[in-house]
Amino acid sequence: MKKLLGLTTAVALCAGAANADVTVLGWGGAYGRAQTEAHVKPFQAETGIKATMTDTDNPAAPIKAMVEANNVTVNIVSLEYADVVRLCDEGLLEEIDPAELAPAPDGTPAEEDFLPGALSDCGVSTDVWATVFAYDDTRFPNAKPTTISDFFDLEKFPGKRGIRKGAKTTLEMALMADGVAADDVYDMLETPEGLERAFAKLDTIKNQVVWWEAGAQPPQLLADGEVVMSTVYNGRIFAAAMTENKPFVTVWDGMQYEFEVYAIPVNAPDMEDAKKFLSYATDTQHLADMTKYISYGPTRKSTAAMPMLWEDGITDMKPHLPTSEENMTNSLETSFEFWVDYDSELNERFNAWLAQ
Amino acid sequence: MTEQAADRSPEIGGRALKRAMAKAQGRAKRRAVLLVAPLLLFILITFVAPIGQMLFRSVHNDGFSANMPALAAWFAENPEGTMPDEAAYAALATDLKMARENKTAGTVGTRINYEIGGTRSLFTSGARKAEDLKPPFARSVPEMDEDWADPQLWQVMRTASSAYTASFYLAALDLTRDADGHIVGVEEGRAVYVGLFFKTLWMSGLITVLCLILGYPVAHLLATLPLAKSNLLMILVLLPFWTSLLVRTTSWMVLLQEQGVINNTLVATGVLQDDNRLAMIYNQTGTIIAMVHILLPFMILPLYSVMRPIKPHYVRAARSLGATSWTAFRRVYLPQTVPGIGAGALLVFILAVGYYITPALVGGASGQLISNLIAYHMQDSLNWSMAAALAAILLAAVLVLYWLYDRLVGIDNLKLG
Repeated sequence: MKKLLGLTTAVALCAGAANADVTVLGWGGAYGRAQTEAHVKPFQAETGIKATMTDTDNPAAPIKAMVEANNVTVNIVSLEYADVVRLCDEGLLEEIDPAELAPAPDGTPAEEDFLPGALSDCGVSTDVWATVFAYDDTRFPNAKPTTISDFFDLEKFPGKRGIRKGAKTTLEMALMADGVAADDVYDMLETPEGLERAFAKLDTIKNQVVWWEAGAQPPQLLADGEVVMSTVYNGRIFAAAMTENKPFVTVWDGMQYEFEVYAIPVNAPDMEDAKKFLSYATDTQHLADMTKYISYGPTRKSTAAMPMLWEDGITDMKPHLPTSEENMTNSLETSFEFWVDYDSELNERFNAWLAQ
Repeated sequence: MTEQAADRSPEIGGRALKRAMAKAQGRAKRRAVLLVAPLLLFILITFVAPIGQMLFRSVHNDGFSANMPALAAWFAENPEGTMPDEAAYAALATDLKMARENKTAGTVGTRINYEIGGTRSLFTSGARKAEDLKPPFARSVPEMDEDWADPQLWQVMRTASSAYTASFYLAALDLTRDADGHIVGVEEGRAVYVGLFFKTLWMSGLITVLCLILGYPVAHLLATLPLAKSNLLMILVLLPFWTSLLVRTTSWMVLLQEQGVINNTLVATGVLQDDNRLAMIYNQTGTIIAMVHILLPFMILPLYSVMRPIKPHYVRAARSLGATSWTAFRRVYLPQTVPGIGAGALLVFILAVGYYITPALVGGASGQLISNLIAYHMQDSLNWSMAAALAAILLAAVLVLYWLYDRLVGIDNLKLG
């Protein structure tokens, strides 16, 4: 029975990748392109091991299906941090020994070179991405929004707002805009009063919100003039501003960042090649290469010290990365512990609140 | 040869004939089964089995029971209402230690976390610390974290100690069990599903009615025009039908959004004030408009196939006998199209009930359907048992409606094309 389910769910995925030795399952879009250009293609060119990229909506779901059906067809998967913790606890991912990862060019072992928390039992973080908000510069000729509170200020900055349809990041943002210090946000959300306060803050703009689901939507909503500002993944909005010359301005105040991770599903085929790829893609140089295509911050100290330029070869990426110091002044690291625990409960509440 | 000769003997003529018939028919039947066998097998493997397996998950989840055997045994020995004693806590400590070794604490915690938020880390951290637990466990376990003594937690663990459970159906109906095991409604701020089920049915019904109102005249026109013209018109119906769903949905975004074509035209012609633009998308209206458009061909095509062979003579005869055009339509034409209406309505309704991509894109907050939450549980929360329970309820609702339709209209009257 289980095999059958696996067959049907995995058939579509493995069809295109049956002969590849390393198959990466990622998110597609601009992010998938960055992984392809910076990791997959050079890996194949240098090692001669065939490498392919496939994509899906959220790789966590097919991985769970594949492992449960005992029919794993990919051997590298790109996951959100909370999903790595979740799947790792359930025994669906291989444990990774940090000693197998490439050291920094100066010989510092990987374990010390990676940012604190970037290495987990089952995953190696490749980049730091952030949820920020951005506005259309042409819509605010005079005063410009500069803080997360301005996002909720309908009087000073009238117009529709785009927000991701989901509890995660939305509730934290509401509390931070209400004046809660970043350090207290999660303690507060664990209490009924804190939750109440977050929803009350969201209530103040509820009738002006356009909810989005896919990462590609907010730049589109801004470009169409459908919203005047929107929460957005910082890499997406930067890419839209750069490649399409849009007057979008990113506000880093109140940004929420988290790691994105490469992991290996248990019982994956060609384990040796997968580990080779993991070490290759997460070495100092290849993490830096990724910033050429997407403005997500590198997870190694040695990479952060390197010069990083956009595809065009002139734009310095450092001011556009979530890991730059000046962008982190009022920021919150998304707590995977909190969301692993409260994801279902708070999303139920969130959906009930939406339907009210 | 001798047998056949005996069969033909006149004494047992009737029975022999019957037997021979049955034999011959049996062979034909077997051959027929062989002919459909590939299709049957295909449907079994790719459709019935996976769906059955998925639906099975709605009543079966062994995440807790399979990994906490000692505690499950304690629950089996002690009836509901027993306070957890030293033996219970000792069993818990043993199981946590084992969960640590087998790396199953996450699976166990996930199962309990479905019902009490915040308990997943209780199990994972509990398993980490289980090594150092000393008897008496009834004291040392709650000392580790006071939540372990929560009667609600013990109630949930009791229900989860059996792999077969109704918890997911309860949750899908906005119900839960309190600390004493009684079934009660969830708190107001968390009730989502029942309201959404009714909304899904109501919106699907509305979409079906709108499709019928819009599709009926078009189908009639298609059926009565001369062939050359009706073929052209048919292409206009089929062209959007063949266009990708996403393309059609995004086209509606371009048309309907606040800075979109329709609003801009209305503002430019002075019908609307600039700060008073219509909100036609990212809400319920947007979902209804886009879905009616997408599902319209499913109404027109069955209607057309039923209307095409209806002879114009009947209506003409009715008119010549003195019926008004309305009476002629109502008494003569309409009854002949009922099989088409039934087929179209059923198709549109069933498709609408399960629609998910269009509401996700244009539905905003108020235009969500239950399928969006099923997708959420499949893809994001990874609570597949919950997704299965919601899907099973939806399936049951559709089957009930199908049955009702059969009773009221009769399924033999259905004409799909």
